[in-house]
This record gives sequence, structure tokens and C-alpha cells, in this order.
Amino acid sequence: MIWVGAGLLLLVAVSGLAVVCTRDVTSQILALGFYGVLMALVFFVFQAPDVALSQITVGALALPLMVMLAISRMKYRSAAKRGSEERDA
Amino acid sequence: MRDTTRKRVFLFFGSVFFLLFCYATVNLPPWGSYRGPYGDVISRVGVYERHATDVVNAINYDYRAFDTLGEEFILFSAVLGVMMLLRHEEGEDTREVGKVEDRMHLSMTVRALAMPAILLTVVFGFDIGLHGQLTPGGGFQGGVILASALFLLYVCENTESFRRITSHSLVESIEAVGAGSYALIGLSPLIAGLPFLTNILPLGTTGDVFSSGTIALISACVGLEVTAAFLLVGYTYLEEIITGQVPEE
Repeated sequence: MIWVGAGLLLLVAVSGLAVVCTRDVTSQILALGFYGVLMALVFFVFQAPDVALSQITVGALALPLMVMLAISRMKYRSAAKRGSEERDA
Repeated sequence: MRDTTRKRVFLFFGSVFFLLFCYATVNLPPWGSYRGPYGDVISRVGVYERHATDVVNAINYDYRAFDTLGEEFILFSAVLGVMMLLRHEEGEDTREVGKVEDRMHLSMTVRALAMPAILLTVVFGFDIGLHGQLTPGGGFQGGVILASALFLLYVCENTESFRRITSHSLVESIEAVGAGSYALIGLSPLIAGLPFLTNILPLGTTGDVFSSGTIALISACVGLEVTAAFLLVGYTYLEEIITGQVPEE
């Protein structure tokens, strides 16, 4: 069990680095969700299934969803602004 | 700041942090060891005292229910803040800018599978949310899963149903009722002269769905609040995209 936990912790470190290094927003959100699932697995291996469930719902579902919603809203706003400028010209 | 200076500063503080981190790891307790007496005590007496087989939720919704009440209202006020900042006021001047056209439409297979997936998610959400006193889970997790079922509706291009459900004023009422009834459950023992958030309901048989007294009830209230909160935040973010209206500047 100790090796499974150690391997998972290593994977978490790698995927955390991957989240930081990804530049494209959409793939970064996907990487963030993957990182959340890995964290949930770590909690499960460390015998905390309750925390693992919370981590799945928050880290792998709610957080990427909120980031995605906020970014799509910003993109829509800037597209709307561009559209009105084109109309005025 | 120049690039080389920035790198030097990073290397200096990075190495300091690395050394401190190594020093901290050396003194960690070994794998799987637990040194606190509190957890041992509560996992021994929790099931007998509260008839809840999931001791984590017995702590969340009973022994430390006051903390959870605070957390509940953190979520409540966060949602309130997002809505106050982003939502359109009534009577605000808006203009039509047109909806976003998806370039790539979903295939029939995905649409056909959407409904079973949504139903499964709803059932799973209720299962997790209503069995918090017995198995890992509880109102918070169940609530997020239930809310995600409706986002699945949005992803499957059924935008109109998503808007009709989430923009309904009932969602706001459900959020308020969920948060308020937690406080009311906490206040009701005061009538009998007992402390705040005392578990006054009959505890029932251990392992039964209707057991553990107020733990199950509070968990269900939290579930209501969380479901409504996530739907409200989601609709607030998507309002402009769905309706195609942006406020006049």
C-alpha cells in the first residue's frame, strides 16, 4: 500500500506541474480536473473516503466548471464588444 | 524587473523554500500513524452515541455542527455576492447581441444518451445525499452531483430547459429554505432549554436510513442549499450567453 500511495503522490506532483505549465486555457481546465481526480485517489488511499468524495465533487467538478463558466462569459463579453464596434464603424 | 534578476530572486527563494520543505518532511510522523487522542475516542463512541455509521458526518452535522453552519453561510454569502455583482438588475437597459452559434453540433448518439445519463446522475445524487449518515457522502457532495445533472442538460445543448429550470425563482427560495432550516433545526432545542444544535430527534436503529436524528435532516437541508447555490451561480455566469442580452454601457 505504501508504494501505491507514494506513486500517487508522485503523480499528483507531476500533474500539478502540468497544470501550471499548460498555457492553453481549455486544456489547463482539463488538466486541473485530472489533478482533482488524482487528489481524490490520494485521499481514498489514505483511508479518507469522505474527503475523497468532497474532493471529486469540488476539485474535479465544481472548480473546473466555475473556471470554464467564467472564461466563457468573458469571451462572450469581448465578442459582443467587438461586434458592436464593427457595427458602429 | 529584468528577466535575469527575476530568475535570481526565484532561485534564491526557491532554494530557501526547498530547504525548509525538506526540514519539515524529516519530522513528519511515519506513514499511517495517528497521534491524536480525539479521533480514537470519537470513532469508538460515535456510533453508539449518535447511531450514525459514518462518524465523519456525525462530526460534521452533530459534534461540530456549529462549524458546518458557518461554512454553510460562507457558501450562501458567496453565491449572494456573485449574483449581486453579475446578475442583471430588473429594468436595466440591455441590448441584443445574438446567441453563440455552435460550429460543431452534437451527434444524435450523444443526445440520445444524455437523458439516461442525467437520470443516473440525479439518482446517484439522491443516493449520496440521503445516505450521509450511513456511508461516505452527505448533503454537500450529493448537492453538487444533483446540480451537475442540470449542467449536463446545458452541455447537451438543451439550453432552453436549462434556462427555464435554473432561472426559476423557486431555486432562490430553495437555497434560502435550505440555509434557513439548518439554523432553525439548531434553534429548536432552545425551546426545551437545551443547548444550540442538540440532537433532539429520536436516534432510530443504527444502519437504518431514518436514523441518527438531526444528522440526516441537517444533511438533507445542506443538500438543498448546495444544489440551489450551484444552479444559481451557474445561471448567473451563463445568463448573458443564454439570453443573448448584454447591459447597455
